[in-house]
Amino acid sequence: MNDTGAISGQERPLHVLNRLAFGPRPGDVERVRQLGAERYIHEQLYPDAEVPIPESLRRKIAGYYTLHMSPLELFRTFQLPVIEVRRADKGAGNEALKSDLKAARIRQRIVLQEAIEARVARAIEGPRQLQELLTAFWFNHFNVFRGKGLDSIWTGSFEQTSIRPHTMGKFRALLGATAKHPAMLFYLDNWRNTAPGSPGARGKFDGINENYAREVMELHTLGVNGGYTQADVIALAHILTGWGIARKNPSPMLRREMLEPMARLRRGFGWRNANRMPPPSPSLFYFDPRRHDFSSKVFLGRTIQGAGISEGERALDILARHPSTAKHLSFELARFFVTDNPPDSLIGPMAARYLATDGDIREVLALMFAAPEFWQRRYYRSKFKSPYEYVISCARATGVEVRNYRPLYGTMQLLGQPLYGCLTPNGYSNTEDAWLNPDGMMMRLSFATALGNGNLPLDRPPFEEAAGEAAIGGPAARGGARRGAMNAKFAAPERPHPGPKMVPPDAVALTQTLGSGALGANTAQAVESAPPRLRTALILGSPEFMTR
Amino acid sequence: MEPIDEKLLAGNSRCELCAAGAARAPDTLSRRAFLRRAAVLSAAGIVLISPHAWAGRAFASSGNKNRLVVVFLRGAVDGMNVIVPHGDPIYYESRPTIAVGRTGSPGGVLDLDGYFGMHPALGPMMPLWKERTLAFVHACGSPDPTRSHFDAQDYMESGTPGVKSTQDGWLNRTLGQLPGAHGPTEALSMGATMPRILSGKMPAANMPLGRGAARPLPLDRPFIEAAFDRLYTGNDPISVAYRDGRMARKKLLAELEQDMTVADAGAPSPQGFSQDTDRLAHLMTRDPTIRVAFLALGGWDTHVSQGGAEGQLAGHLRPLAEGLASFKASLGQTWQDTTILVISEFGRTMHENGNAGTDHGHGNVMWVMGGPVRGGKVYGRWPGLQPGALYQERDLAITTDFRDPIAVVLATHMGLGDAQIDRIFPARPRPSGDASGLIKA
Repeated sequence: MNDTGAISGQERPLHVLNRLAFGPRPGDVERVRQLGAERYIHEQLYPDAEVPIPESLRRKIAGYYTLHMSPLELFRTFQLPVIEVRRADKGAGNEALKSDLKAARIRQRIVLQEAIEARVARAIEGPRQLQELLTAFWFNHFNVFRGKGLDSIWTGSFEQTSIRPHTMGKFRALLGATAKHPAMLFYLDNWRNTAPGSPGARGKFDGINENYAREVMELHTLGVNGGYTQADVIALAHILTGWGIARKNPSPMLRREMLEPMARLRRGFGWRNANRMPPPSPSLFYFDPRRHDFSSKVFLGRTIQGAGISEGERALDILARHPSTAKHLSFELARFFVTDNPPDSLIGPMAARYLATDGDIREVLALMFAAPEFWQRRYYRSKFKSPYEYVISCARATGVEVRNYRPLYGTMQLLGQPLYGCLTPNGYSNTEDAWLNPDGMMMRLSFATALGNGNLPLDRPPFEEAAGEAAIGGPAARGGARRGAMNAKFAAPERPHPGPKMVPPDAVALTQTLGSGALGANTAQAVESAPPRLRTALILGSPEFMTR
Repeated sequence: MEPIDEKLLAGNSRCELCAAGAARAPDTLSRRAFLRRAAVLSAAGIVLISPHAWAGRAFASSGNKNRLVVVFLRGAVDGMNVIVPHGDPIYYESRPTIAVGRTGSPGGVLDLDGYFGMHPALGPMMPLWKERTLAFVHACGSPDPTRSHFDAQDYMESGTPGVKSTQDGWLNRTLGQLPGAHGPTEALSMGATMPRILSGKMPAANMPLGRGAARPLPLDRPFIEAAFDRLYTGNDPISVAYRDGRMARKKLLAELEQDMTVADAGAPSPQGFSQDTDRLAHLMTRDPTIRVAFLALGGWDTHVSQGGAEGQLAGHLRPLAEGLASFKASLGQTWQDTTILVISEFGRTMHENGNAGTDHGHGNVMWVMGGPVRGGKVYGRWPGLQPGALYQERDLAITTDFRDPIAVVLATHMGLGDAQIDRIFPARPRPSGDASGLIKA
């Protein structure tokens, strides 16, 4: 086969479904064949206009109701109760309060659980597949870790409000939305970033924290060799002093001794509203002028006059429009969508399009999907699936109606890619190097065999709904009936599932779903000579299905 | 009104493990769920050991066949109550209810050198101290000031304090520096998922704890295996990974079967940590290609009711000590080639808090044991406990960077050169020399 030639017409539907979607669901290949690959790509690039969301999925997502809460509501609903119980207890070890605390913590888990289930549900069932891939891509690009403190209750909100609406828009909007979300402010410590000697500098807010300033350049925009220096990191950290999370009012003493005089000073400069603390916004983003460095800075060769929050906006503008950012993002996108080692012939035009369109992600994607490189035979099924991609694609291809997501995200965790569980700000890698290993292969095949045999209880809810209330007891019910029901859903002890096991997905249907020619001769022969009940497992566990 | 009390945000509530219980909880939850669900993947019974070259690696010719085992105490163990400065009255003044009593008193410390003493729960390790194969490095730790479990564990596993973007762990980088062929069982982690410290380019095997390891997999059934074998006959990377995985699995099963035969021969089956160390010891003695192993133990975050000679901390130290003592016994001759490090992300406050516990601190004690260790000694420069000597006037100061004793182990025990160690610990501080005699030359 000619490697530099284009992939064949017969392969095109599966190719776009492997690259713009998490693989085909039953009927997808045939639909794309009739529609034409270009038309499918167009639809996916304009999902709001072209791809309606089925009512069933809409309802399911609406039902994950913590997903639609603001960071402020999340804090009040899930963190304050923990704080209140702990205050009431004051370390006395009161048994009743102990169980209150436990209940409050169990309730906190709901938030993450809902975020995980919503993400997996949309990835499997959602027809706006490119949107789902890009959500995973950009979340990973702007990674936050669910295990760091309050990010356990803010990670879902971060994806829902800072990532999801901006996946195909202007990169600057995405950058700004992530910069101001409390999940990011907390994860990369900028909420503590304080000008030394400023009126607000005290306690934990004791000085410059350059963590976010560094990562926003190294990882989010310019890239590690993007042409910035340590001096730029420090300058940006000073520019971003005071970008933080809304807090309680300062003490009366502090107000009297420091803030009032500062406010008088500011009024002297003619600033309006200089002495008013704004009410908390539901987003919890708060720029604290008391902790900001108002001196002028030199950042990436430009002078930025001290002006408050607008300095940070200006710095993000500069970063978003920088040629290094154009190149860095183009490389990352091409690596994710085309090949582990994307050629310059592809990166160059993508970066140029980025700069010409003021960082319009959709434009860059459109160019990439139309580029000859995207259609080259040598890249056909050349991407080794990440654990996330593998698990989602298995669930999609078998067409199982999933009501229990645990076996799916549990497998991702065992394969080393727990959802929202990447500790480091650089996110998970998306290359074969990172994910192909003997351990992982054994686990993938065990998962494929379990799924193929019908041994994964995907098709029934994980808990008996009624069992929870008793197990949780009084304190948990405080949040009202609905909250009580949510507790039941997630906190009830697991117990064996009654009734027959899941109907094993059918191998013939699976073969049709993937389309003719999806399996190589060797695999097709191995599947055919295997006992019928093993065939689904073999297809899901085949080398062809490991790649996209 | 503004909604969030900054003190709470700032971690006055002390601890992200406790403060945002949800933080680690999902992991625990899903992991536990996963185990219970065994039926689910029971199936999946997903057992995870990888490797290729269990069998094939010719190590003998490369000379050094020494082993390194790292035990991570997650949650920050209170080093001051592990190796107790019982010779300093400030210790007793600072800890009115949780201090370990003086030597000779009931439940008192086990004296080591007149100034330091061991927590009585570590009694099972006293024979090692006496035969001089157990040492401690006190006032040791990571120079980064963070008191966040998350950050501090991350730094101690990446080996690059203060640098967040390091991708791999220092044990994985160590593998990369070992000479000879690298098989995936060169490193073995006991636990549900691959830890940060072993993540990276070099292959490493992962083995579940407890009984999970021996649970049969669908792939162990000959007709299923035969069917998959037909899919992976090529020399492409995916096929090679598949065959390596199968080979490792077969070897593991054979060894576990032997284990069970041994257990059946009347010996009581060890529980908990001892069970894990025993299994690790059996694997290590039978398979000389395992050079590096890792285990983690939790439960050290004693903010409340820590206890003294008895109580919470003692209850965690005892099984640890028993497990390590029995590890030595099970290793047999292999003990002579093995160095074991016990580390934890930071120490705890000098003074006990209002809840008869301790909060996140700074300096800690590192444990070093094994045949090659020059033991019977507490290494390091003791900074003292007077207020001016404490870190930020509240915690034991650090006089020995944690990378320092590890570098000595890597050099003298694992036979690595300075340049190699610089690649494992880039930008490490100049060796202080305080740990230089830690390993017998």
